[in-house]
Amino acid sequence: MNKRVRILREQSLNAINRLSHERAVLVTDYYQNQNTRGLSKPVERANLFEHILKNKYICINDLELIVGERGPAPKATPTYPEITLHSLKDLDILDSRPKVSFKVDEKTRKIYKEQIIPFWKGNTNRDRIMQNMDNEWLDAYEAGVFTEFQEQRAPGHTVLGEKIYSQGMVDIQKEISEQIEKLDFYKDNNAYNRREELKAMYITATALIMFAERHAKKLTELAVEEQDSKRKEELEKMAAICRKVPANAPETFHEALQYYWFVHLGVITELNPWDSFNPGRLDQHLYPFYKKGLKDGTFDTEKATELLQCFWVKFNNHPSPPKIGVTAQESNTYTDFTLINLGGLKEDGSDAVNELSYLILDVIEEMRILQPSSMVQLSKKNPDKFIHRALKIIKTGFGQPSVFNTDAIIKELVRQGKSVEDARNGGASGCVESGAFGTEAYILTGYFNFNKVLEITLNNGTDPATVKQIGIQTGDPTKFRSFNELLDAWKEQLNRFIDIKIKGNNIIEKINADFMPVPFLSVLIDDCIKNGKDYNAGGARYNTSYIQGVGLGSITDNLTSVRYHVFDKKDITMAELLKALKANYRGYDELRHKLVYETPKFGNDDEYTDLQAVTVFDCFYDAVNGRPTARGGEFRINLLPTTSHIYFGSVIGAMPDGRKAGKPVSEGISPVQGADTEGPTAVIKSVARIDHIKTGGTLLNQKFSPDFFNTEANIVKLGNLIRAYFRMDGHHIQFNVVDAETLKDAQKNPENYRDLIVRVAGYSDYFNDLGEDLQNEIISRTEHGGM
Amino acid sequence: MKGLIFDIKKFALHDGPGIRTTVFLKGCPLNCLWCHNPESRCFDTESYIRVDKLDGKSFNKQKTIGNWMTVEEVIIEIEKDKMFYEESNGGVTFSGGEPFAQYEFLTGLLIVCRKKNIHTTVDTTGYIKREQLNKIHKLVDLFLYDLKHMDDKLHKKYTGVSNKLIIENLKWLSNRKSNIKIRFPVVPGYNDSEKNIDLMRFLLENLYPDVRHIDLLPYHKMAGSKAKRLGLKQQVGGIEEPDARKLGYIRKKFEEIGFTVGIGG
Repeated sequence: MNKRVRILREQSLNAINRLSHERAVLVTDYYQNQNTRGLSKPVERANLFEHILKNKYICINDLELIVGERGPAPKATPTYPEITLHSLKDLDILDSRPKVSFKVDEKTRKIYKEQIIPFWKGNTNRDRIMQNMDNEWLDAYEAGVFTEFQEQRAPGHTVLGEKIYSQGMVDIQKEISEQIEKLDFYKDNNAYNRREELKAMYITATALIMFAERHAKKLTELAVEEQDSKRKEELEKMAAICRKVPANAPETFHEALQYYWFVHLGVITELNPWDSFNPGRLDQHLYPFYKKGLKDGTFDTEKATELLQCFWVKFNNHPSPPKIGVTAQESNTYTDFTLINLGGLKEDGSDAVNELSYLILDVIEEMRILQPSSMVQLSKKNPDKFIHRALKIIKTGFGQPSVFNTDAIIKELVRQGKSVEDARNGGASGCVESGAFGTEAYILTGYFNFNKVLEITLNNGTDPATVKQIGIQTGDPTKFRSFNELLDAWKEQLNRFIDIKIKGNNIIEKINADFMPVPFLSVLIDDCIKNGKDYNAGGARYNTSYIQGVGLGSITDNLTSVRYHVFDKKDITMAELLKALKANYRGYDELRHKLVYETPKFGNDDEYTDLQAVTVFDCFYDAVNGRPTARGGEFRINLLPTTSHIYFGSVIGAMPDGRKAGKPVSEGISPVQGADTEGPTAVIKSVARIDHIKTGGTLLNQKFSPDFFNTEANIVKLGNLIRAYFRMDGHHIQFNVVDAETLKDAQKNPENYRDLIVRVAGYSDYFNDLGEDLQNEIISRTEHGGM
Repeated sequence: MKGLIFDIKKFALHDGPGIRTTVFLKGCPLNCLWCHNPESRCFDTESYIRVDKLDGKSFNKQKTIGNWMTVEEVIIEIEKDKMFYEESNGGVTFSGGEPFAQYEFLTGLLIVCRKKNIHTTVDTTGYIKREQLNKIHKLVDLFLYDLKHMDDKLHKKYTGVSNKLIIENLKWLSNRKSNIKIRFPVVPGYNDSEKNIDLMRFLLENLYPDVRHIDLLPYHKMAGSKAKRLGLKQQVGGIEEPDARKLGYIRKKFEEIGFTVGIGG
């Protein structure tokens, strides 16, 4: 990397994460001082968007080539008080907590105390949501049966398609105006709503052009003052680019990147949608500009690399907005889950890997920064060379890129009813979630705790932690005569809690549709304009809501323990087992030893055990899949944890697989940490027994010691391992390449490992930023030592 | 018919081409001083104490090394990873001990594998009766053939048997154009002398020219700790691991006679 990139990268790595009050103040000012009465909700929100972009500080950093910051400085992270409100105590916690902290200065504290908190207290969207949830929902939520994604962040989780690379905001506005013209106020009883939404979209597009113009103005001012003639020229060129895009369609590589970046900032300023925002298939979108630049000689690979690296730094400057209260535990990271997709298939079904795919892999390898995260899509049509190149980066041990099965993703999306072209234009985002890029609103609604449901079942409907009856009385387990009776009881409880979750989701979706429209995001995602409908109200071509199942490995081992010992071998009675669980295994060492060491476990290609995984999966699928959502879409399942398996473990007592109270449950579809003793092929066989095509994503984490990647021959064999998993319809696999000794040393001497990035669960994070329990878990994850 | 198996290892990357499953047959007619699989030698089951740790507490459990299995049972295990063999041009490797020592059982396994189109590798000491080798060699897709020492007296001293049969079998197999890769366990102070390597070079150079690969298997100290953990007798202590310079030198010597050389298999 050249000197410019080295400096920018270093600045980004060293920038301190701070909480910025800028956005909170602008939002509060707007609602305090502007007359919003008489405005429809979308127009009110669009005007707010304009107000923020008009008044926020324009930050341009030395040496950079791509401009624009969400806050007043890199890593100065705004808050979204209309969604959720930080209390003074929250601010103290953020400021002082050892992991993933955000510094809060006195001025911000004062502003919060005097202006923000008094105005928003009791009036946030979170308050609105919580007031509308019934007791059943609140009980289950508090017990940790499920989490709720929309209580602190807006619905989001979408990825941009190819739209902006051929259309400027002015072109899009033309389309919006045409749609307004076409409205039929005689026959369409939603015509007014559509007009208001379309008006709002128009306003936000104008606002983004104005925001770019403000950058152009500042760049011109800087150019005037600049002494260095080369930089002066750069600044002038950048000013010209900001005057051109996003108003007009981009014509160069640089313009395309800058356009995307303004759009990115627009989306994450409008609200704090989950999983940031994402350019998706970057090697596809940029390839025409790359080729054109090379052809007309205005551009070379060196320049392309530099621009991409500057672009990478921008992502790293934008940490995930901090949460409040206990929810911080559930997904505590600076990562905001932007996932760059490389490779895969083109719309016509042909191999999409191009030179730029390889160039971007070089950038990923060289940059080695937390954000953006990256992945390769691997189709059977993609060349082996592509996966081998990716494996050589994975080998360096910072958890990127992860590897996804394009052919499975397409099957998943088509099964859900998407056109094959839209499916091929898709990929994965966030952790591992499949989506049709540019055309789908696929909203994650919350994690679901399979194992908590089992605990409640084993306690006849009562949550032992609160001694509250929150489930159904499915009977005293000591009276169950067969394993199937236990399974039936678990299924009954599962169905009830899924019902509670879905009812809550449908209320929350309506609240977000009515109170939190996102006209700017709606400009970007098809067919919101055509439908005259907001992204949050079901305006997209495809609308999906997910519930994410967590702890498949643990629930499988728990059920297997009971089946094996209580019902098949009959060497432990249910009563004895329940007593041991209640005692958290105190005084039951021998029993616990038997459960841990003398019991079949998931992840070893053992049909007896894996059958329970399939049963759990099928029950979950049947309970959720295809049910209608309030936005007019369908509910679907996926299996990914982010870090919720730690939180979910913390609310569960001792379990039949020998796990003690409070310990994490398994993550993704991976086996329980350390339970897989037969190597990676056995893990793959086990996890492939569930039907990945019926999900919208599964997460498999495999830890390898670096020596696995030492020879070319082994790289080829790891490529074969992935290909075989993908032939079995496996959705995703990621490799953590690091040895346990290194990690232990990092735990002892964190100061020496500031750059140590590990794969957590669908994303990478700095090892030092992980809590000790998560660090321990990563250390104890099975190391496949090889022969 | 049952055979005695002491381990079945999936995702074996160093025992032949592609992704493999290695089936370890228990029992060996040789008695190599440096043997790193102490549990592989005895032709019967053995018991040992396994120590399981749980929250810092130790649990001692009596366990058995070796499991009598039918051909069908072993084939079920092998077939589990068939998808991986197909994807990587891998297969199954029979190792030991000395797999030919359970001749009939091994024959049974090889016949079924051939029928099922699974690539087979046999990792052998070469210490096998000629008439048996004659009957079985066509069922083997690849031999990993160990050469330990060229000097018969020293061979007897270090392994308990003569090397005559081993060397003759290698020549015989080579003349029948069997697919063979040589394996040479490099044990410093025992078989890494200039003289031994020169004699090996002479033998190898004169084999049928299809045999042109040798893997150097550097002695690994883990042998000692494994024996201790299993409560088995360790053959000999105090052997050093060969250093990289030495291995590089030996590699060069074999490259000079037109061999490709792998280190670590």
